[in-house]
Amino acid sequence: MKSFWKAFKGIYSILIFIFLYAPIVVLMVYSFNANKSRGSWGGFSLKWYAKLFSNADILDALKNTLIITALAAIIATIIGTVSAIGIHYMGTRMKSLFLNVNYLPVMNPDIVTGISLLLLFLFLGIKLGYVSLLLAHITFNIPYVIISVLPKLRQMNTHTLEAAMDLGAPPITAFMKAVLPEIWPGVITGFLLAITMSIDDFVISFFTTGPGINTLSIYIYSQAKKGIKPEINALSAIMFIVVLVLLLIVNRRDTADERKESKKVQHRRMN
Amino acid sequence: MSKELINLKDIVMTFDGEDILKSINLTVKDEEFLTLLGPSGCGKTTTLRIIGGFLTPTSGDVYFDGKRINDLPPYKRNVNTVFQKYALFPHLNVYENIAFGLRLKKVKEPEVKARVEKMLKMVNLEGFEKRSPELLSGGQQQRVAIARALINHPKVLLLDEPLGALDLKLRKEMQLELKKIQRQLGITFIYVTHDQEEALTMSDTVVVMNGGLIQQIGTPQDIYNEPANAFVADFIGASNIIDGVMVRDFTVDFMGHRFECVDKGFAENEPIDVVIRPEDFKLVKPEEGMLSGRVESVIFKGVHYESCVRVGERDLLVHSTVCEPVGSEVGLSVIPFDIHIMHKSTDPASQAFHYDEEGQEDET
Repeated sequence: MKSFWKAFKGIYSILIFIFLYAPIVVLMVYSFNANKSRGSWGGFSLKWYAKLFSNADILDALKNTLIITALAAIIATIIGTVSAIGIHYMGTRMKSLFLNVNYLPVMNPDIVTGISLLLLFLFLGIKLGYVSLLLAHITFNIPYVIISVLPKLRQMNTHTLEAAMDLGAPPITAFMKAVLPEIWPGVITGFLLAITMSIDDFVISFFTTGPGINTLSIYIYSQAKKGIKPEINALSAIMFIVVLVLLLIVNRRDTADERKESKKVQHRRMN
Repeated sequence: MSKELINLKDIVMTFDGEDILKSINLTVKDEEFLTLLGPSGCGKTTTLRIIGGFLTPTSGDVYFDGKRINDLPPYKRNVNTVFQKYALFPHLNVYENIAFGLRLKKVKEPEVKARVEKMLKMVNLEGFEKRSPELLSGGQQQRVAIARALINHPKVLLLDEPLGALDLKLRKEMQLELKKIQRQLGITFIYVTHDQEEALTMSDTVVVMNGGLIQQIGTPQDIYNEPANAFVADFIGASNIIDGVMVRDFTVDFMGHRFECVDKGFAENEPIDVVIRPEDFKLVKPEEGMLSGRVESVIFKGVHYESCVRVGERDLLVHSTVCEPVGSEVGLSVIPFDIHIMHKSTDPASQAFHYDEEGQEDET
């Protein structure tokens, strides 16, 4: 009976994983298909990848995506970290208010965020294009940075900043030398999350970009309307791998951190 | 020891409309071990943080060596702090934690090395340079925090409940060690604690605080033997505080009896509080006592028995090495020297302390 349940659990999880990952596996396999048709397998080939990197439109979209992602992630990380510190030192009531305000955009449907940003940019007279796209990405990235940095601040001793100032450091130096190193893992996690969010985003980008400026996801969408070309399979496969790697790094950092914490606790008990 | 180093003048501190400090006047002398003692929320940590520069008083002045330092930020004060729960920097090893203050001053490496090694030696942590502070025991972290604070050669070391997180045995050891370090270096220590025994053990001067006011300043002996009011008497150790009337000099009435005492200078027939320490009562035969009553309960406390004796309407606490069984009739006697007379006070902060309000930490 026991072994039956064990087998059942195993099969069940395998089914779940197949269900989740089968579409992506199919996509990746077909990105190596020498045949153009989706129905038949014409042998292994890298020609779609080669084609992908000779397509000027795709390379342009890739360039846009990389620039927007990098800039948005860096700016959002700075703003988000500063905000997290502000929130951390607030009184209880203000803190819970700001935390809820912060979580709202995370829960908000992208379509609503996208349309409201579009309306805001039109209302403010900001021309749709690079700037509006960048602003939109910064906006939806900030909450993720705050969510990553806040727990690190909570783990920190309440008097860390004061301790550095007490030893002779002016406030900025005290922050750089004592507080920042302690919350750094959270800052990096937030930065990586922001990158994945930016690469991943389609809906908000679609509403806030201007004519002629494509990100990869917008380009894929516009191509998909004409029927999916095999290059798109290759492109999607690459994007999937990049995001997967980033998420694995974030995950590893988190578990490594937990392990360190529990080791610390164990050590304390031993002493 | 006579030079005045720190002066607090009429310090008032208000948070969100609440007076945390009501009017603090305090002088700290050079090379003195001064303890701020009081229950949670009495304002002792706030006072310490004002001296450290982390809080600016709502009104009043702080003087350091004769100069007003109200607006001097903490990083410019010649004062260092040992924080509650140490606040060591986990990303730096023990050596770099201790060297932190010197690095900020851009001291050259050979001197840093020499000074850190001297500090490590003083706190008995030689060989721990490369360790991460997170992997040290509480007592060791405590020593690192002390070394880190002392390496800047401060004139004053502030200590905020530094031994609060340690177990009893380690606490006792660290108390003696801190006292030794203070004598060795000859610097002023200002020490915050809610543990009256700790305060009495270590201090040259004890400042008892309650309700944002200083209740009494004195040597440990003064505070213990001549408490200024019911609060101090009660907080410093279990006490019997009894309503009485000062008939004339050297004569006091309480619990329906007339006693001889050693106090004078009160108004004739002034209502007063009488304080008698539990260990100053002597259990005698009923007919030999000045008061007589019945034993209500006895608890064995190790060194002594703590008995509760009902005399008339009142329960009196008696510490004695003899054990009288519950229910037996006993007499109580007390010598005039052990009867302490205090003026009655109308201020609620100076009333007797109730232990149910006690908490471990002082957040403000």
